[in-house]
Amino acid sequence: MEAQHNITLPEGSIEKKTTTLNFGPTHPATHGVFQNIMEIDGERVVSTEQSVGFIHRAFEKLAERRNLYQITPITDRLNYCSSPLNNMGWHLTCEKFLKVETPKRVDYLRIIIMELARISDHLICNSIVGVDTGAYTGFLYVMQYRELIYEIYEEVCGSRLTTNIGRIGGFERNFTNTAFTKLEKFLNEYPKVLKEFESLFTRNRIFMERTQGTGGISAARAMNYGFTGPNLRATGVDYDVRVANPYSSYQDFDFTVPVGSTGDNYDRFLVRNAEMWQSISIIKQAYEKVQEFKGTEAEIFHADIPAYYLPKKEDVYNNMEALIWHFKIIMGEVDLPKGQIYNPIEGANGELGFYLVSDGGRTPFRLHFRRPCFIYYQAYPELITGGMLSDAVVTMSSLNLIAGELDA
Amino acid sequence: MALTNETIQAQLEAKFEGQVTAFSTETGMLSFESPAALNLKVMQYLFDELGFSFLSDLCGVHYPDNTDSELVVVYHLHNFVENIRLRYSIAVPVAKPDVFTASKLFEAANWMERETYDFFGINFVGHPNLKRILNVEEMDYFPMRKEFPLEDQTRIDKDDEMFGRG
Repeated sequence: MEAQHNITLPEGSIEKKTTTLNFGPTHPATHGVFQNIMEIDGERVVSTEQSVGFIHRAFEKLAERRNLYQITPITDRLNYCSSPLNNMGWHLTCEKFLKVETPKRVDYLRIIIMELARISDHLICNSIVGVDTGAYTGFLYVMQYRELIYEIYEEVCGSRLTTNIGRIGGFERNFTNTAFTKLEKFLNEYPKVLKEFESLFTRNRIFMERTQGTGGISAARAMNYGFTGPNLRATGVDYDVRVANPYSSYQDFDFTVPVGSTGDNYDRFLVRNAEMWQSISIIKQAYEKVQEFKGTEAEIFHADIPAYYLPKKEDVYNNMEALIWHFKIIMGEVDLPKGQIYNPIEGANGELGFYLVSDGGRTPFRLHFRRPCFIYYQAYPELITGGMLSDAVVTMSSLNLIAGELDA
Repeated sequence: MALTNETIQAQLEAKFEGQVTAFSTETGMLSFESPAALNLKVMQYLFDELGFSFLSDLCGVHYPDNTDSELVVVYHLHNFVENIRLRYSIAVPVAKPDVFTASKLFEAANWMERETYDFFGINFVGHPNLKRILNVEEMDYFPMRKEFPLEDQTRIDKDDEMFGRG
């Protein structure tokens, strides 16, 4: 780092030497706790070094002393803009590890929740890109509709931001009619809003000038850097875990994987917008499929796995078997099978992987989260070097860096 | 020729003449091991010949009971074209945890190796910037190793025997 300071600049530069600028960790333009020590020549970035870990909370260590169901609230706090995706990813990992088959209705309900979470995450990211280019209106306008998504979460699980939604095997309770009413309201109102949001930005001259050609990366470099999700797709690689390794019955759905070409901020914005349209379509399809379940089938909201899924409370009071399972689950007395698993899902900003190692104990022997942010933030210097400082801000927000996920 | 777990195994066995061992397939993913010194040769071969050009994940695991191979580095590689994943692990003794860095092969490995160094103290030989990343720089121990229990083990007011490992 020392060698990097005060680089002598060639003839014709504004200054004789570069200036060191501490960008962050609590700068309003960093949207989270990110520090960058930048060397700048006038307004041009010459080099930068990122410094991360400001909100590291040792999740992997914590997980080694917790039962599977106690790890779900930890995953909430990874990418807190789309907690349900992390929760579902964790449940799916456990289910795959324990070889649990979930009923179709559970898969479809999960897809509704996961795609809602994807919309709310992309919505934040894209509207923040707008804020950083000077357009506050879009952000304020769409916040109201993220609120509708949060109300659906609230109806399903009781909380809004750190959701702890679902359980291993399914959901903690069935979706209420109010939840479906709210979902219908969202599906009716949101497309118009997204259309309006797009017409504010997509062909806006100022926005295009600010985002096109900044923060770009080639497909080969992006792959080498481990990019996944919208950021990789913006470079033209059509890799989506939902298609490559379908989970939770994504194979039953009809959707396309939008890709960009230049991998710059504008393409990332377009890819995220296009993905929101795809998510709306997936939610509509899933809702139709859910409505096809009638009678007792419509009562199914979890798989039958007594060793991991808590019994109904009235059964716990009146039924010995249920009481035993309730006690065993809460006290964490269920031994896990031995083995290892790596299970990826398509998180809102890329491949969110869970690597679980079990030695047959009651808690994971080792749990590693593959956090997409952590991996692609490495490329940040390459994306911004040579560009303007103000473009570095836009690049940071269009990468969709979430400090909670990055620092784990 | 389409790649399958069997063809990958056959090609690795032919190329490395018994040095790549412990093949197994669990939940559909092929996993294998090799001596630590071979890690770059194996990954370069997988990259160039078998198309595993994407590093999904790199992390460490500490097995305190495996004498002379306590620390394990696990690589998850992905071939996008054939859409096939594999798990490759190498073990090193905790007394001399030297592993060649994969950061020349994959830029993505840079921070993942720093994280692994930070938590397990695995020394990635040849890494361009091997220093702590998530923990404070003054820290003088490697917290994810198993000798550091999560809770204060000197507490006597709390019996934790019921909750998994003590």
